Amino acid sequence: MRKHLALLAVFLLLPLALAWADQTFYISLASRILIYALAATSLNLVLGYGGMISFGHAAFVGTGAYVASILFVEGVTSAWIAWPAALAAAALAALLIGAVSLRTRGAYFIMITLAFAQMMFYLLNSMKMYGGDEGLTLPRRPDLGVDLGNEVAFYYVVLFFLALTLYLLYRLTNSRFGRVIVAIRENEQRAQALGFPVYRYRLACFVIAGAAGGLAGALLAAHGKYVSPNVLHWTQSGTLMIMVILGGVGRLWGGVLGAVALLGLEHLIADYPVGWLEALAPNYQQHADLAVGLVLLAVVLFAPHGIAGLFPGAKRARA
Amino acid sequence: MLELKGLSKHFGGVIATRDVTLNVARGEVHALIGPNGAGKTTLIGQVAGTIRSDSGQVLFEGVDITALAPHQRVRRGLARSFQITSIFGRLPLLENLALAVQARSGSSFSFWKPVAAERELFRQAEEVAADLGLSGRLHFTSSSLAHGEQRALEVGLALATKPKLVLLDEPMAGLGAEESRRMVELIERVSGRVTVLLVEHDMDAVFRLADRISVLVNGRIVASGAPQEIRANEEVRKAYLGDELAA
Repeated sequence: MRKHLALLAVFLLLPLALAWADQTFYISLASRILIYALAATSLNLVLGYGGMISFGHAAFVGTGAYVASILFVEGVTSAWIAWPAALAAAALAALLIGAVSLRTRGAYFIMITLAFAQMMFYLLNSMKMYGGDEGLTLPRRPDLGVDLGNEVAFYYVVLFFLALTLYLLYRLTNSRFGRVIVAIRENEQRAQALGFPVYRYRLACFVIAGAAGGLAGALLAAHGKYVSPNVLHWTQSGTLMIMVILGGVGRLWGGVLGAVALLGLEHLIADYPVGWLEALAPNYQQHADLAVGLVLLAVVLFAPHGIAGLFPGAKRARA
Repeated sequence: MLELKGLSKHFGGVIATRDVTLNVARGEVHALIGPNGAGKTTLIGQVAGTIRSDSGQVLFEGVDITALAPHQRVRRGLARSFQITSIFGRLPLLENLALAVQARSGSSFSFWKPVAAERELFRQAEEVAADLGLSGRLHFTSSSLAHGEQRALEVGLALATKPKLVLLDEPMAGLGAEESRRMVELIERVSGRVTVLLVEHDMDAVFRLADRISVLVNGRIVASGAPQEIRANEEVRKAYLGDELAA
């Protein structure tokens, strides 16, 4: 518990530290990282705890982002309505996609979740009414009662939702439901033979994760005041998967650590040129993915439990 | 208690079971024997619900359960163990059993309350572990247990769901003499509480445990009766028992 609170304290104090160092620009970047952390955490529930290799999680993030944004341009500017609606819509999408996908196993499951997300990607691309492939630009962030235009306020709102999600995930993974989810991951045949309706548990897990992904999407759209079909592109699903693997599959903090590491790394590479490397490969900064690939390789080879597994005393949550 | 009426199953052109009719009476240990490939495991699957029958009916306590999903059958008190050990290998023994207890005690669509606080689950799990003679292994990762202990856990997982009838698919598979003896004792102890349908190749165990024996050959029941009758049955000797009983 102390470890969790310490990590929370770091995030709580971050804006103050950045203000003190006169680097307030980074607060917006930090918000973005935390939103991705929320999205990756939601994927980790499905992927890490549930053992379901979903390659279409961006579909739920995208659903949330689009529902919140469309509501906004249609005049519903209150976040109190738009965000719960985004969450509910993403849950519904997860229910429909999950109900079909979860009848398959293994590679088929990976492919079918990918296919659903891609179908939604192309659907939104052709939805000219709401920007089509150019996306939708919003005049400002939604109304919440606090001024979300203020980067510090926005950061704390995002942090609140991330902390809440982590706490709920913590409760869930230690609950009866969480045990069953892990049991199904470990041995589906036996879980069924014990009398657990495997499909129903998996679907419930998938829907909860989808809903949380939708919330992340709504926050993402509010953050950038912009949404485009690219949030549903399969590379986005891939990015979330990389974050989970990088951070720690089936670890409470896996999604957060993965998002911080991945986006932090991308940012470092893009913003701080290394002289000798630039002389060698002039445009290397546009190829941050190469570095990400190397780091991912190192993690998979040398830290199979992700960054979370490197901490002393880190115990694999419920597994 | 369990009635199979004309159960059949074929996989493509291969007939696994044909027109199997069988009665298991409440309280008995009913052994199902037969040569390899006779269809015993298929039949267990048909009773447990993991294999859908082509035709026929399964009645449990007088109720037709043919159309029920496996988990619904477990809820009615019909549990099984597997021929190939199927446990939660990466979880500790105690958690394996606690999961089984959890499956039969209330809903598990509970997202908030920590399981660790449910003393009753773990108390019952410890009871089963004691029954299995594994009280000293509660916190061992179950894949690290000895083969015999894993086989005991395999049976224990079925028992922990508090079944009325348990299907044991070759519980002695791969066990040494001493481990087999302990398994026989376990089944003997358990048989006072639950009805047992036992698939087994170990004839010493079968004749020691069984109240009645049915013989499955090429997917058909060729004989069914008390152990002495089966021992004396010419057809059974020819088809299966062969020299094993000549001695």
